[in-house]
Amino acid sequence: MSMKVDTVAVGATPNSLRSGPDGRGRFGIFGGRFVAETLMPLILDLEKAYDEARNDPAFHAELRDLQLHYTGRPSPLYFASRLTEKLGGAKIYFKREELNHTGSHKINNCLGQILLARRMGKTRIIAETGAGQHGVASATVCAKFDLPCLVYMGATDVERQKPNVFRMRLLGADVTAVTSGSGTLKDAMNEALRDWVTNVGDTYYLIGTVAGPHPYPAMVRDFQSVIGEETKQQILELEGKLPDTLVACVGGGSNAMGLFHPFLDDTGVEIVGVEAGGHGVETGEHSASITGGSPGVLHGNRTYLLQNDDGQILEGHSISAGLDYPGIGPEHSWLHDIGRVKYINATDKEARDAFQVCSKLEGLIPALESAHALAHIIKVAPTLPKDHVIVMCLSGRGDKDVFSVAEHLGVEL
Amino acid sequence: MTTRLETRFAALGKEGRAAFVAFITAGDPDQETSFELLSGLAAAGADVIELGMPFTDPMADGPAIQASSLRALKAGITMKRTLDLVRRLRQADNTTPVVLMGYYNPIYHMGVENFLAQAKTAGVDGLIVVDLPPEEDDELCVPALNAGLNFIRLATPTTDDKRLPAVLANTSGFVYYVSINGITGSASPEARDVAQAIARIKGHTSLPVAVGFGIRTPDQAANIARAADGAVVGSAIVSALAAELDAKGKARPGAPGRVLEFVRTLSDATHTARESAAV
Repeated sequence: MSMKVDTVAVGATPNSLRSGPDGRGRFGIFGGRFVAETLMPLILDLEKAYDEARNDPAFHAELRDLQLHYTGRPSPLYFASRLTEKLGGAKIYFKREELNHTGSHKINNCLGQILLARRMGKTRIIAETGAGQHGVASATVCAKFDLPCLVYMGATDVERQKPNVFRMRLLGADVTAVTSGSGTLKDAMNEALRDWVTNVGDTYYLIGTVAGPHPYPAMVRDFQSVIGEETKQQILELEGKLPDTLVACVGGGSNAMGLFHPFLDDTGVEIVGVEAGGHGVETGEHSASITGGSPGVLHGNRTYLLQNDDGQILEGHSISAGLDYPGIGPEHSWLHDIGRVKYINATDKEARDAFQVCSKLEGLIPALESAHALAHIIKVAPTLPKDHVIVMCLSGRGDKDVFSVAEHLGVEL
Repeated sequence: MTTRLETRFAALGKEGRAAFVAFITAGDPDQETSFELLSGLAAAGADVIELGMPFTDPMADGPAIQASSLRALKAGITMKRTLDLVRRLRQADNTTPVVLMGYYNPIYHMGVENFLAQAKTAGVDGLIVVDLPPEEDDELCVPALNAGLNFIRLATPTTDDKRLPAVLANTSGFVYYVSINGITGSASPEARDVAQAIARIKGHTSLPVAVGFGIRTPDQAANIARAADGAVVGSAIVSALAAELDAKGKARPGAPGRVLEFVRTLSDATHTARESAAV
């Protein structure tokens, strides 16, 4: 398995869609470094340290070893035969990121960043989390590398994701419930930034998605690109051709970017990102930043945001706490604007239905996040020919979601 | 063209005293109370007014200013109404400099050119936008300077000598030294550290240097005023206002007057600091 963590510059052609961001951290007009002056020197340090690390074979060797023995990579590319048969059209494969240690793709990024934090001599890790998947992955790598970990989590999310809160604490992390604002992921991110600006000397901020100020969107993408790199090799072995369509759910968009990025220059591959449509984009209660938002600046980058007509940030809504963020990674915004990736959305109900279908037909309980991607496939696969190959990123397992799905189905656990 | 800010700091420099810079949040707890407070600040000794443009996600602010921003938003403040407050103030006061302070998104959403034109017309003198470092100068800083508005940059303890020239390059009006690593209204700075930092900044610029973050009491303001060209107080004033609100969040009768009395104690201490230090 070749580790192409360094996808920014190496081998990029002038016309490549994989050469971004530019020197200012921009993907087109998106991205950038919109942070307070206190953080600016830290972000420049981080950029320098990451540049050195990604050009250091020893860094990649250590990461590769951890991926193999700790995460359990490569993750399988699995042919979902019963689902394919039932839908009666396209051939459906799942990239099994839910089999990773900690149960989602989040560990890919956390391992990369924790190695970087150690290289930089940082002694304290902070992270934000929504559903708790990134918080658990952060707490896990901090336990492994003996670093204190403080996870900021919105008070609302702490309440609705109790098992993950306990898991983080079991792993030795401190979890701080954030009550400011609306007590969800965006407020957790605000609070993590406030912590970082206060503890500039020793603290490393481990951002969980392809958002935030440069270099985070590019760095997290690079650490997640192992998903797409493996997929490319695996599908060539299985099908002898590249997939016709890639599908992934998009909140901040790290599993999607990890799957998509290695395929961006393969123009024959259709790429679809599925946002959280909540109760329906037309109701205003959703987290579909691209479909229902407009460009703005938040959390260090310019990107599509949910905002009102005075530039105030709106709350996202989704049945899935992991997609419940009013923004999206800046590279996605750019890929949308240039038309390379198609962004659509699936509603809470569609995701819930897909969650059940997948469980019953494949014996795989998917995360509600991933169920959004599947909801789209359920819609389109029957209309496609049998030799049409779709690869979906099954980004996380759904054990964490059984309580909320049961509640929606009126089942008391 | 000399701006109100430049005129004000030049005059204070001649008098040999520091500027008292008062921050309030536009529209907190409602627009009328906010206007009463705003229009009383100069008489209470504020040499420069910083008017906060509320934002839902004020990442550099502590709990006091976060809460005040949310109160103001809940009471219906908008960018247009914030500018209206300045416009009304200018009908009675055409000399006190007014600096708008906030975050970039509401400005970006309004459109930079549109915002600058309206701010200029309303009588705004300068801007402090927390999430626009020099690396993003072409977004708002350069257009603001071209529109005749001062762009006040924040310098912080993490801004080292190598970085200072870049931070100061397009700064005008004054330099705002953030005296601590942290958010507004948190830890208070050590006077000695502040004096050293000001000396360092002054080695790179002839602009006045005002100091803020963590200044709460008249004594602290006086300590800063002995070393800096200005002392900025925000969270403490905003908290004084919050203490004047009833259970429903409405200002009690006479609230602005009592907050302004507090402002007076801060401005007096700032203005007389150097006299008492002369011993």
